[in-house]
Amino acid sequence: MAKELWKGNEAVAEAAIRAGCRCYFGYPITPQSEIPEYMALHMADTGGVFLQSESEIAAINMVYGASGAGARVMTSSSSPGISLKQEGISYMCGAELPAVIVNVMRGGPGLGTIQPAQGDYFQATRGGGNGDYRLIVLAPATIQEVVDLMQEAFDLADQYRIPVMMLLDGMIGQMMEPVEWTHTPASDLPGKTWATTGTEGKRPPNIINSLFIDPDACNRHNQHLEEKYKKIIENEIKYSINDLVDAEILFVAYGTPSRLARAAARLLGEEGIKAGVFRPISVWPYPYDALREAASQDSVQAVVTVEMSTGQMVDDVRIGVNGVKPVSFIGQAGGVIPSPREVADAAKKALGR
Amino acid sequence: MAIVYEKSKALTDAEMHYCPGCTHGIIHKLVAETLVDLDVLGKSIGVAPVGCAVFAYDYFNCDMHEAAHGRAPAVATGIKHVLPDRTVFTYQGDGDLAAIGTAEIVHAAMRGEKITTIFVNNAVYGMTGGQMAPTTLVGQKTTTAPFGRSFEHYGAPIRMAELLATIDGAAYIERVTVTTPAHIAKAKRAIKKAFQIQDEGLGFTMVEVLSTCPTNWGMTPVEALSWLNETMIPAFPLSVFRDITKKEK
Repeated sequence: MAKELWKGNEAVAEAAIRAGCRCYFGYPITPQSEIPEYMALHMADTGGVFLQSESEIAAINMVYGASGAGARVMTSSSSPGISLKQEGISYMCGAELPAVIVNVMRGGPGLGTIQPAQGDYFQATRGGGNGDYRLIVLAPATIQEVVDLMQEAFDLADQYRIPVMMLLDGMIGQMMEPVEWTHTPASDLPGKTWATTGTEGKRPPNIINSLFIDPDACNRHNQHLEEKYKKIIENEIKYSINDLVDAEILFVAYGTPSRLARAAARLLGEEGIKAGVFRPISVWPYPYDALREAASQDSVQAVVTVEMSTGQMVDDVRIGVNGVKPVSFIGQAGGVIPSPREVADAAKKALGR
Repeated sequence: MAIVYEKSKALTDAEMHYCPGCTHGIIHKLVAETLVDLDVLGKSIGVAPVGCAVFAYDYFNCDMHEAAHGRAPAVATGIKHVLPDRTVFTYQGDGDLAAIGTAEIVHAAMRGEKITTIFVNNAVYGMTGGQMAPTTLVGQKTTTAPFGRSFEHYGAPIRMAELLATIDGAAYIERVTVTTPAHIAKAKRAIKKAFQIQDEGLGFTMVEVLSTCPTNWGMTPVEALSWLNETMIPAFPLSVFRDITKKEK
C-alpha cells in the first residue's frame, strides 16, 4: 500500500478508529487538540460516540462509564490534563476497566510549556493516582509505530482488563511523517461478560467497582491485580536494539530522543566510535533484563540515557543495568530538545574522550 | 392468606447499613418500586456515589457502577451514550453532587443527558461523620462548623434544584421529601415521572429528596423528621422547578 503523509495526532485518532474504538471523550489541550478534532469529524461516520467533556476529570469518568458498559473507548490529553485524569485511571485499574489513554507530553511542571517534553515518565510508569496499580505504557518513536501499536494497545487493554497508555511526546503529535496503513488483525479476545448492559432478568447484576471495604478483601483484590501485572511483565515487554555489534556506547532512549540517539550514533561513527541504541517500547513493563543483557556485552564501555526531561527513565536504566556498566544521563527539559551533537559529546565524555 | 406487601424485587437481600431513622432506605425503596412499576429493572444501570449511599450497588438489583466522588453524572453519561436504549440513573448525596461534583451535574444537565439523578440532600456529610456540606443551613452546627455555619465565612446553602432548573437541557426538576406518608407518595410520583421522562428521551431529570440524618444532626429519628419539616423545608422549598412536559402558561 502507498505511503501517506499524516500528522501524528491525526494518525493517533485514525488508528484508534481503525482499531475499533467507537467511543471518545476528551477536553481540548495543546499539543493534542487535533485528536479530539479528528474524532469529532470522523467518529460519526462509524456510528460511534464523540463527546467533548467539561473537564479531563469528567472525560476519564465518562471513559469509566463507557468502558464499564462494554465499549472500546479512548481519551487523550497532554500533561496537565493527564494529571487531572489520574483519579479516574486509579479507579479504572481498581475496577479493572480497559481503555486507551493517549498522553502527548508537553513541558512541565504546572502549565510548563506547550512544547514537546518527557517529564511525565514517573507519572505514567509509577502511577500518578492513589494505590498499588500499574498501567501498560507504550512509547512509540515514529508515527508509523503509533499507527502499528494502536490495535495492540486496545487489544491488550481488553485482554488484561487494564488501561493502556500511549505515551507520546509533542514532537510525535505535531510532526508529519509518511505512514503505511497495514491491517493488524484484532486478537481473539474473550467476551465482556462483566459489562453492565442491563441484566434483562437473565443473570445476576454486574457491578463495576473499586471499593473493597473489608481489609482482607481489599488485600486479596490487590494480590489479584499483582498476579495480573506479573503476567503482563512475563508476556508484554517490548523493545528494539540497533547497532549493538561492537558498540562501545549503549544509548538508552524512548520516543523522540531515541531518534536523536541514532543521529548521535551516526556522528560518533564518523569519529570511529561505535554506538548502539536500546529503545524500550513498553516503558511499563520495562525491559530490565534485555537492557542488562545488552549492557553486559563486553564491547560496551558506557550506558548513556537520553531524555527530554531532567532524568526520569534513567532510574529504570540504573535498575536494569544494575551496576554492570556505568550509567550517565544527557537531557533537556521544558520543551528544549537536546541536539545530536550534545548527545554525541555526552557519550564521548562518558568514554573519557 | 393474600400478600398485601413485599419488598421490591429491585432491591437485593443485602442488609442495608443505614443508621436508624435515616430516610435513605425509604428513598431506595421508592426508586426500586419505580424500576419495577415501569418494567425497566432489566435494562437499568445505576451509578452509586461516594457518601452514605456508597454501597447502593449492593442494594439495587440491577447492573451498577460505583463512581468516584462527585463523578456519577460523568460515569452515567459514558454509560448512556454507549447504551442509549437503557435506563441510567445516579444516586448522589449533597457533598457528592453539590460540592465536589458540581461541574459534572451542571454539565450533564446542560447537555440534556437522558439520565435520572436522585439527589439526597440531608444538609450534612453523613458518611465521614457530620461535616459541613454546601447544603448545611446557616447557623447549623456540624463537626467542621462547630459554632454553626457562618454566612460571612461560607455563604448560604446552595439550592441545586433551583440552579439546575435554569438549564435548558433539564427536562424535569422537582424537590420532595419523605417525612410523612403524603410526602412519600408525592416523592414516588416525582421519581416515577423523572424515569418516564428519561425513557421518553426528553432530557436530564433530577429529583432532590430532603432526607434526615439523625446520627449527625444529634437528634432522635422523630426529632429529625420534625427538624426537617420545620427548618429544612423553609430553606429548601418543595416544588416542581422545571417540567418541560407541562405547557408554559
